[in-house]
Amino acid sequence: MAMTEQEVLEKVGEALVEALGVDDDEITADAKISADLGAESIDYLDITFRLEKAFDIKIPRGELIPDNLLNNPEYVKDGLLTEEGLTKFKEAMPHADLTEFVKNPLVDGIMDLFTVQTIVNYVMGKVNG
Amino acid sequence: MRWIWIDRLLEFETRKRALAVKNVSLAGEHLHDHWEAYPIMPTSLMIEGMAQTGGILVGQACNFEHDVVLAKITKADFTDIVIPGDQLTYEAILENFVDEASSIKGIVRKNGEQIGTISMIFGHANNNSSGLDLPENFVFTGSFQRMVEPFLEGADG
Repeated sequence: MAMTEQEVLEKVGEALVEALGVDDDEITADAKISADLGAESIDYLDITFRLEKAFDIKIPRGELIPDNLLNNPEYVKDGLLTEEGLTKFKEAMPHADLTEFVKNPLVDGIMDLFTVQTIVNYVMGKVNG
Repeated sequence: MRWIWIDRLLEFETRKRALAVKNVSLAGEHLHDHWEAYPIMPTSLMIEGMAQTGGILVGQACNFEHDVVLAKITKADFTDIVIPGDQLTYEAILENFVDEASSIKGIVRKNGEQIGTISMIFGHANNNSSGLDLPENFVFTGSFQRMVEPFLEGADG
């Protein structure tokens, strides 16, 4: 049976509370996983493990966070995503809202794309097809 | 010298679980200052004991080809103190295992009674993946490998 966005949000929230030690009320749709909730790189693995268990899904490396793209010099130049890189990034991250990001696609700003809503969108795509 | 906080492995199931024992003794100098009037086993060293138990479990699952390093203590809850004369066991259960990392759920028991739960994540490092100039196989030197070897004899590994 398909899950509603609210149901997904609640379970994503539980995973984030447990992985990051934040309070329930910090889990809002637009909260940034790193900047607002304090996640460090290892926490993304922890979150991935918890999401896989909570939703009984598999999250292949590079699917939720396409960090593999950033190691390709064709896609990144002078700290910015190239046109080609941006195209690949958009394809790889249909679950993120890139409206603002494309105006100034700084690599350093990529982690700000990961909000609670980004993860909810990703999980919705996995559990509801 | 290695800083080893488990005495022996009691049980070992490849890629599943490991059970280690630690006998807490007043011969251990760390207890003399923690505290002189009332020696108790520091919880940080019980976490280290679990990390070593889980580290062997994960390291063997990697065929000891990676240095398994503690990356995150997700949870560590203790409900009782531990004093000289107590026997601790650390049970590490493998929960997740991917190329670059793994996680375990751990149960700490004192004289058979559960007194703690610990969850932790390990990174699987080597010189190629980390970008650091790590010494060759700095985690799994002889002491840890010798502990697990009796359980692997005759097994597929």
